[in-house]
Amino acid sequence: MPTKRLARLASRYVVLVVVAAIVAFPLYVLLSGSLMTLKEISSIPPQLIPLHPVWKSFSEAFSSGNLGQYLLVSLGQSALITVGQVVTSISAAFAFAYIAFPFKRILFALMLATSMIPFEVTVIANLQTVHTLHVDETMQGLVIPFLATGFGIFLMRQAFMQIPKEMHEAAIIDGYGPWKYLWRVAVPLARPSVAALAVFGFLGAWNQYLWPLLETGNNTSIQTIQMGIRQVGGTISTANLTLAAGVIATAPLLILLVFFQKHLIRSLTAGAVK
Amino acid sequence: MSQVRFDAVSKIFGGTPALTDLSLEVADGELLVLLGPSGCGKTTALRLLAGLEQVSSGTIHIDDADVTNMEPKDRDIAMVFQSYALYPHMSVRKNVEFPLKNAKLPAAEVAARVNEALATVSLTELADRKPGQLSGGQRQRVALARAIVRRPRVFLMDEPLSNLDATLRQQTRADIVALQRRLGVTTVYVTHDQVEAMTMGHRIAVMKGGVLQQVGKPLDLYNEPANAFVAGFLGSPGMNLVAGELRDGQIYIGGDLVGTSSVADTRDVTVGIRAENLRLADVGFSATVVVAEELGADVHVVCETATHERVVVRQAQHATVPTLGDTIALAATGQVYVFDRHTGARLS
Repeated sequence: MPTKRLARLASRYVVLVVVAAIVAFPLYVLLSGSLMTLKEISSIPPQLIPLHPVWKSFSEAFSSGNLGQYLLVSLGQSALITVGQVVTSISAAFAFAYIAFPFKRILFALMLATSMIPFEVTVIANLQTVHTLHVDETMQGLVIPFLATGFGIFLMRQAFMQIPKEMHEAAIIDGYGPWKYLWRVAVPLARPSVAALAVFGFLGAWNQYLWPLLETGNNTSIQTIQMGIRQVGGTISTANLTLAAGVIATAPLLILLVFFQKHLIRSLTAGAVK
Repeated sequence: MSQVRFDAVSKIFGGTPALTDLSLEVADGELLVLLGPSGCGKTTALRLLAGLEQVSSGTIHIDDADVTNMEPKDRDIAMVFQSYALYPHMSVRKNVEFPLKNAKLPAAEVAARVNEALATVSLTELADRKPGQLSGGQRQRVALARAIVRRPRVFLMDEPLSNLDATLRQQTRADIVALQRRLGVTTVYVTHDQVEAMTMGHRIAVMKGGVLQQVGKPLDLYNEPANAFVAGFLGSPGMNLVAGELRDGQIYIGGDLVGTSSVADTRDVTVGIRAENLRLADVGFSATVVVAEELGADVHVVCETATHERVVVRQAQHATVPTLGDTIALAATGQVYVFDRHTGARLS
C-alpha cells in the first residue's frame, strides 16, 4: 500500500477512535463506577478502573429502588409509543407517498416542521390536551402525546418512495387495493426503515424524563425507570448504587441497539450509495 | 381470446398531448407491436389500455365491453413491466401466486395453475428462490409466468426485453413469440427496438409524437412505408433519406438521375433508398466514404453526400470496400421512394 494512502487511512482511524472514545467515555464511567466501592469512586486522583469489582451494587440497587416495577412501566410505555408511532407513521406516510389529495405538499411541509419544534415548547399544550381527555396521571396520558411523529412519517414516506412505482401498478392490476398493497408489499419492502423507526421510537420513549415527571403526578404506579433512578439515591453516599441503577436502565437499550444496528445503519444510509 | 379496440383515444398530460386521436384494432390472438422512439405515446397507449391512466377522450373496448372507465383489476389483463416489478421479498412461487391470492380461488387450483405457469417458462426448479438470486433472463421469465398464471384476455408488455443483454434478448424474444403463439392470447407489445418489432409482431403500429403513423404487417411497412418517418425508423439501418428533386417523373440527387417516379411532377422532394438497394457505380450521385462498419456477413459503408446527409450502402463481405475519404458514385439498384419534402408523406 503506498505510504500516502496508508497515512490517510491511519489519520482517519485516529479521528474515529478519538470521537468514539469521547462518546463512549460517559458510558465507561457509568459502568466502571457501578463496579467500584464508594471509597474508590470518591478517591483523588479519580480511579478509572475498578480494582476489585463489586457486583452486589446491581442487586442492591434493583431491590432497594424497586427497579423491576419502574422497568415494567417503562417497557409498557415505550412499547405502546413505539407501536403507535409505527402504525401512524406507516399510514400517514402511505398517504403522502401514494395518494393524491389537495395541499399535499403544504401539509407534508407542515408535518415535517413539527419535528423541528422542541418538546419543551409544546409541554403546556400537551398537558392541557391530556387534561381535556381526562387521562391525567394515567398510562394513556404518558403515551398519547407521542403516538405520532413528523420524523417517523418522513422516514417511512422516503422508504415508500424508493419502491418502484411499477410494483404498485402491478398490484393494482392484480386487484390489490391500497390497504392490501401497503401491508403485503410496501411494509415488507420498507422493513429496515420500520425497524429503524421502532428503535428510534423506543429509545426516545425510554429516555423520557420531563414528561413522565410532569404527567405521573402522585401516581407512583406509572413512574418510569428514569424517575426510578432518582429513587435509588442521588447522593454521594449512594453514588455506586445510582450508577448501577443507571446501568440497569441503559442495558435494555444497548441490547436493542445490538440487535437492530444493521437496520439502523441501512435505513440512515438508504439512497446514499448505489 | 379477445379483441382490443381504441376509438379516437387521446391523452393530455397537463396541457401536453401525449396521445392524439388513436384509433386501432388488435385482432383476437394477435401480437401487435407499438413501435416508436421515446415520447411517441406507445407506453401511454398501453397504460391507458391497462387502466393505469385515464383517457382524456375516446373509448377503449376489450371485446364488446367498454373498459374506458373500468378499474384495472376488472379488465382481465396482465402486464409485464420493463423492470419486471417482481416483489423481492417473495420467492418465485409466491410472486407467481400473488395475482391469484386475491382471486379467492381454491388452494388446489392456485397450486396447479402456479405449477403450470412455472413449467411453461421452465422455472419449476427455481420456484423457491428469491428474485435477487436470479439472472436477468430468469427474472424476466418470472414476470411472464406471473402474467400467464392469470389466464387473462389480453397480455400487455412494456419493453420487457430492454434490460437484457443482446444475446439474451434475442433468445428471450424467440421464447416470447413461441409462448404467445402457443397460448394464442391477444398481446400488445411496446418497444422502441425495430428489430424486436419486425421479428415478433403479427402487425406493427408505428407511432411518433403521440400520433399513429402507420399500422400493418412488418414486411408491408418495410416495403411500403406511408411516410419518411416510418421508412427511416424501420430497417437496420433505416432507409437512406436524402434531399432530391423530382422533374417530370425523374428523380435526381445532386443533379444526378437515380430513378423514375409514377408522379409526373416537378418539385423538391426527399428521396428514399434502402441500404441494400444502393451500390457503388461508375455513374450516380457522388458521396464521400466516412466509415466502413464490418458486421461479419455484411459491410455497411457509411458515406456523406455533397449536402452533408448520411447514406449507408450495404455490401456483401467479399465486395471491395472503398478507401475512407474517397469520393464515390452511388446508384440505385432497387425501388426508389419519393416523399414530400415538408410533410414527409410518401408520393411514390
